[in-house]
Amino acid sequence: MNSQARIPAVEIDDDFRSRAHTALGDPQLRSNFRSAMDSLMTKRAVAFADPDEREQLRALGNAVRARALSKLPDLLETLERNLTRNGVKVHWAETVEQANGIVQSIIDAHGAKQVIKGKSMVSEEMEMNHALEARGIECLESDMGEYIVQLDHEKPSHIIMPAIHKNAGQVASLFHDKLGVEYTKDVDQLIQIGRRVLRQKFFEADIGVSGVNFAVAETGTLLLVENEGNGRMSTTVPPVHIAVTGIEKVVENLRDVVPLLSLLTRSALGIPITTYVNMISGPRQPDERDGPQEVHLVLLDNGRSQAFADGELRQTLNCIRCGACMNHCPVYTRVGGHTYGEVYPGPIGKIITPHMVGLAKVPDHPSASSLCGACGEVCPVKIPIPALLRRLREENVKAPDSPHPVMRGQGSKYSRKERLIWNAWATLNRHPLLYKAFSFFATRLRHLTPKHVGPWTQNHSAPKPAARSLHDMAREHLAQQGGRP
Amino acid sequence: MSAKQNILAKLRNSLIGTTPIVDNFDEGLVTRPWTYPQGERIAQLRKLMEAVHTEIHLTTDAAWPALLAQLLRDRQLPNLLIAPGTAHGQRISEHWQHQAELPALKAYDRPVEAWKAELFNDTAASLTSTLGAIAATGSLILWPTREEPRLMSLVPPVHFALLKASEIHDNFYQVQRQFNWAGGMPTNALLVSGPSKTADIEQVLAYGAHGPKDLVVLILEDQ
Repeated sequence: MNSQARIPAVEIDDDFRSRAHTALGDPQLRSNFRSAMDSLMTKRAVAFADPDEREQLRALGNAVRARALSKLPDLLETLERNLTRNGVKVHWAETVEQANGIVQSIIDAHGAKQVIKGKSMVSEEMEMNHALEARGIECLESDMGEYIVQLDHEKPSHIIMPAIHKNAGQVASLFHDKLGVEYTKDVDQLIQIGRRVLRQKFFEADIGVSGVNFAVAETGTLLLVENEGNGRMSTTVPPVHIAVTGIEKVVENLRDVVPLLSLLTRSALGIPITTYVNMISGPRQPDERDGPQEVHLVLLDNGRSQAFADGELRQTLNCIRCGACMNHCPVYTRVGGHTYGEVYPGPIGKIITPHMVGLAKVPDHPSASSLCGACGEVCPVKIPIPALLRRLREENVKAPDSPHPVMRGQGSKYSRKERLIWNAWATLNRHPLLYKAFSFFATRLRHLTPKHVGPWTQNHSAPKPAARSLHDMAREHLAQQGGRP
Repeated sequence: MSAKQNILAKLRNSLIGTTPIVDNFDEGLVTRPWTYPQGERIAQLRKLMEAVHTEIHLTTDAAWPALLAQLLRDRQLPNLLIAPGTAHGQRISEHWQHQAELPALKAYDRPVEAWKAELFNDTAASLTSTLGAIAATGSLILWPTREEPRLMSLVPPVHFALLKASEIHDNFYQVQRQFNWAGGMPTNALLVSGPSKTADIEQVLAYGAHGPKDLVVLILEDQ
C-alpha cells in the first residue's frame, strides 16, 4: 500500500501527520525536546513537594478561574471602567484583523516606526510582527527565546520556552550568521550578545507591546510575569505601551492572583516566583519622571466567545498559559511544537486552537492524543483536557445537518460510511438474534476479512474473527459442566 | 454594533440561566503554608534570594552607607544613581561628602527623556529603597515613585536595594491585605526576586538578560 492511500481523503488539508512524521525522524529535535521536558517535569515536581498543598491550591485556582468566567461580561466592564479611571485606554477586538487594525492606528497616531515587543502569545495569534512589517514598521521580539525564533524566521515551539527546539550550537550558528558575531556556544556569552542588541532597541523604540498574564478587574491592573526584564523594559521605556490580551484573562480581585501566580510559576518552570511580577495600573502621572505617557489595552475575542458558549468547552478558558500540559505530554515531547502548525501547541493547543481557526483547519488536533490523562492531571487550574479532547472528537464527526452547531468547522471528519458502519454495529449489539446470526457468519467466513484495514495494519496484523465465538464456547463449556454455573 | 457590544452580547447570551459562582476564597490555602516565625523570615528570604544569585548583606541603619561605599569600591563601579529627594538618598550624599575617592553620584531628578542616553549607557549602578519583602517567595516589594522612578531598578546593570528587616512579611496575600492594595494601586508596583535571568537557550540559566545583572540587598537588621 502506498503512503498516499493510507491517508483518508478528509485529512489531506491538514499536514499534522506529515509534519509529525518528519519531526519523529529528526533525532536532534527529539533529543532537544526530550531533555527539556524531562527537566521541566522534574522541576515542577520539586516545586510542588507537598501533594496536599498542591491539590488544594489547584482546586482554589480552578475556583478562581471558574468564578471569573461565571461573571465574565460584568468583570470585563468593571476592568474597562477601572482601567479607564486609571488613564488606560481600552479597546475591543472580535478578530485578529480588528486587533491589528487597533494597534496599527495607535502606531500611526504617533508616527511610530519601531516597536519592541515583550512576550505575548496573543500577539502571535494576531501575527502582529508580519502585519506591522507589511506596513514598514519594525516589530522586534525582545524575549530571548522569541528573539532567537524571530531571527530564524520561525515560530515559537513552546509557549513558555519559544526556542526550546534549538540547542546552544544551533543558536550559536544563528547568531554568527545573522548578527556577524564570533561563533560561541557559551550560553552566557550568547545571552550577552542578545542583551547588547536588544538594549539599543529598547532605547530607540517608539512603542512597547506586551501580553498580560492577569487583568485584575477590581483595581484595573495588568499583571505581567517574567524573568528577563524585557517585559519591564517594553512596558516602561517606550513612550507608548500597548498590551494585548484575550478576553478570558480577567480575574475579579487582586487577591485572586495570589494562588494563580503561585500555580503559574511553579507549574511552568518549577520556581516559587518569577524574577519580576510587574503590576501596571496606569500611564505616567504628571509628576512622575518615567513610564509610558500612554497605556492601551486591546481585548481580543478570536473564537474565545465560541468556547465560552458551551458550559463544558468553557473550561478551556480557565487556562493561565503555564505550558505544564505540553511539558508532560508524550505526544508533544516526541513531535515538538511546530508539528501542531498553529500558535498554541500541545494539549492546550489542541483544545483552544479549534475555536480560533475552526475545527476544519485542524481536524487532527483532537485525535493527536493517547488520552493518557497527564495533561489533565498537571493542569494547575484543573481543565479536564482529556474529556475536552473526547468532546472535540465528537464534534469532529457530527453530521453536517446536526442541530445546534457548537463550533466553527465541526463535522470536518464526518464520514457517511463510518456513520453507517457504527449504526449497523449498534443495531447488532442491541438485537440478540441479529448478533447471533452475525457471529455465525463472522466465524465461518473469517477467511474473507480484509488483510489491510487502513493505518491499523501499518503496524499491527489485521484483526480476524476467531474460529468460534465466545458465546459458542461458553455454551459448550456450560453444557460439559452439566448446566452448572 | 461595536466589537465591544458584540462580544459582551455573545458572552451574556451564553450565561442566560446561570448564576455567578459564589466567592469562597479560602485565604488559609495561600497563607498557612507560607507563614514563618518572626526570627526566621530573614533566613527564608535569604535562602530563596541567594538561590537565584542575589547578594545579601546584613547591616545596620548606621553602617549601611559605609558598606555600600565599600561594595561599590570592590566592584570598581564608576558611578551610582540615587534618589536625592529621599532620606536614604540624603544619607548617601552626606556620607560621600566626608569620603574621598568614592564613585560619582548621579541623581534621577528629571524626566527620563532629559537624560535617557546617559541612563542607558553611562549609569553603572543604582540604589533604591523597598516597601519591604516577601519571605515566602524571596521577593522585594517596589512601588516606584516620583523620587525613585520605575527605570531606576531596571536599567543600571547593578541594583542595590535597602530593606528593613522589620518589613519582611510572610506572603503576598498578607502584604496585599495589610497595606490594602485593593484599595489603591500605584501606576506601577513590582515584586523583584533576583537579578534578571533567562533559561531560554537549552534551559541553561544565565543571569543579566535585560535587567540588572546583579541585585545586592542590604538588610537593615535594626530597622
